[in-house]
Amino acid sequence: MTLSTIWVLAEPSNGSFTTTSLELLTHARSLATNVAAITWGEGGQLGAVAGEYGASTLYDVGDLAGALPGVPVAAAIQALCASAAPDAVLIPTSYDGRDIAGRLSARLDRPVLTNVTGISDDGGLVTEHPVFGGSLTVKAKFTDAGPGVVVVRAKSFVAEPSGGATATVVAAPAGDTGPTGSAVIATSHVEERTGPKLEEAAVVVSGGRGLGDASAYAMIEEVAKLLHGAAGASRAIVDAGWVPYSHQVGQTGKTVKPLVYLACGISGATQHMVGMKGSKNIVAINKDADAPIFQIADLGIVGDVHKVLPALIDALKARS
Amino acid sequence: MNIVVCVKQIPDPAAPQSFDASNNLNRSGKLILDEADTYGVEMALQLVDKAGGGEVTVVSMGSGADVAGLRNALAMGATKAVIVSDDALRGSDALSTAKVLAAVIARETFDLVLAATESSDGYTGTTPVQLAELLGLPSITFAKAVSIDGTTLKVSRQTEAGYDEVTAPLPALVTVTAGVVEPRYASFKGIMAAKSKPLEVLSVSDLGLDGQVGAAGARETILAVEAAESRQAGEKYVDEGDGAQKVVAFLESIKVL
Repeated sequence: MTLSTIWVLAEPSNGSFTTTSLELLTHARSLATNVAAITWGEGGQLGAVAGEYGASTLYDVGDLAGALPGVPVAAAIQALCASAAPDAVLIPTSYDGRDIAGRLSARLDRPVLTNVTGISDDGGLVTEHPVFGGSLTVKAKFTDAGPGVVVVRAKSFVAEPSGGATATVVAAPAGDTGPTGSAVIATSHVEERTGPKLEEAAVVVSGGRGLGDASAYAMIEEVAKLLHGAAGASRAIVDAGWVPYSHQVGQTGKTVKPLVYLACGISGATQHMVGMKGSKNIVAINKDADAPIFQIADLGIVGDVHKVLPALIDALKARS
Repeated sequence: MNIVVCVKQIPDPAAPQSFDASNNLNRSGKLILDEADTYGVEMALQLVDKAGGGEVTVVSMGSGADVAGLRNALAMGATKAVIVSDDALRGSDALSTAKVLAAVIARETFDLVLAATESSDGYTGTTPVQLAELLGLPSITFAKAVSIDGTTLKVSRQTEAGYDEVTAPLPALVTVTAGVVEPRYASFKGIMAAKSKPLEVLSVSDLGLDGQVGAAGARETILAVEAAESRQAGEKYVDEGDGAQKVVAFLESIKVL
């Protein structure tokens, strides 16, 4: 091992850390002798979880008093780096993770590598990035010493507990962040969700431009419900405002690796493919026989989603 | 209300992408305004309108001389455009890009900076927040809705569970998600008017950033570009009324049903 210390941003979520955080902790311990986690809010209570996944120290930024995490957490990491900087800071690709990465990079004047799906040690940290729809993999590295900021996509590694002892919790306050830290959360709204989360569902049913209009997305939701799966979307229909951004699968959205992915009226733009090509099975329904999605589909149906989906809904209802 | 919108001119996303000899994204073809940026331009126009007046300035950088994408933003209604256009910018990383944009925006008088959550070609996704830090601004990313009440910014910010209502004092930076507003099409009148709107072209030297940006300022390098593991196409059928049954049979074969 040429790397000695790696820090991992461990995002608190519902009494634990996010799955991506645990994936990063798991991978970090294969790369470096010393692994520390950095968290905030309720995460400060999770020394046992951090230890179980390989961190010996859990730095706790503490209560953020409603502030968006980006600035205070980056400020705290910057302060920690002043005494003993790690070889790298690994950060999950998430709404807050990206904020923290950007703030930290600018504060430390250190480069950032994002959309990372693999990290190895080859005389230094080597990162892998899927490009052009995942058809090519770019391998990259930082060219100078000092902590690089690495933002890693979900499901790049598998989270496994190490059975490690409870991590030592060390307070790591942010200090005064001035005007930059003045964005505060007034209220939080939880959108009612039925069925499994998109990233965790065994079945994902996604719709694209081929649906024709926003109302046809109801068919996607119905098929997803009948298969106890989650409904996803291509960037095209998210951009068109048919469905919220949280449904988006792809380079700029979520990465999914379900048992089966049903792409309905999705042509298979590279930006979409990189978010779902890791699915175990892929079924595609599209009018255009030459759509790129068929090149990666285990089952391709060349047909109109407005005919195939209603028939599929009837068939599934008849079975239930 | 003066608003700066960061925009990027990118190769047509519908065309196949490739790398050039230096492993930079090939940008030799015609560049267009990133569609993701049209939402920021539209949002800026609407916010200025609601505030009763002000200027919308689009700011960009690139290594080539293209300005068609900026003209497009001006045709939508932006007041003026500034682009840092310099061969020395080739190979700039996200932080260098933020440094260039910060140097340009620092010359402007503004209440709000808008950007997309990420570009559609490079999609690093950190430049706006790096820019906010360099400008000393609070930032609210992933905005689904934006309003301004006096000097207070109110944003509905996308979260994993739903959304948060987030406030910040102006000046501030906001990144908008696609679909946040319906971008207008440039009218013929707008296209004609855009031709005479101010479009300033700056060099890296003009900003005093020589040697700090472009390949010279990048502290990461590409070691290799390799073909990724590819998937094989499976069976393909033309639907003749039996498409749904084929899907059901497949789902049975993998024990989903």
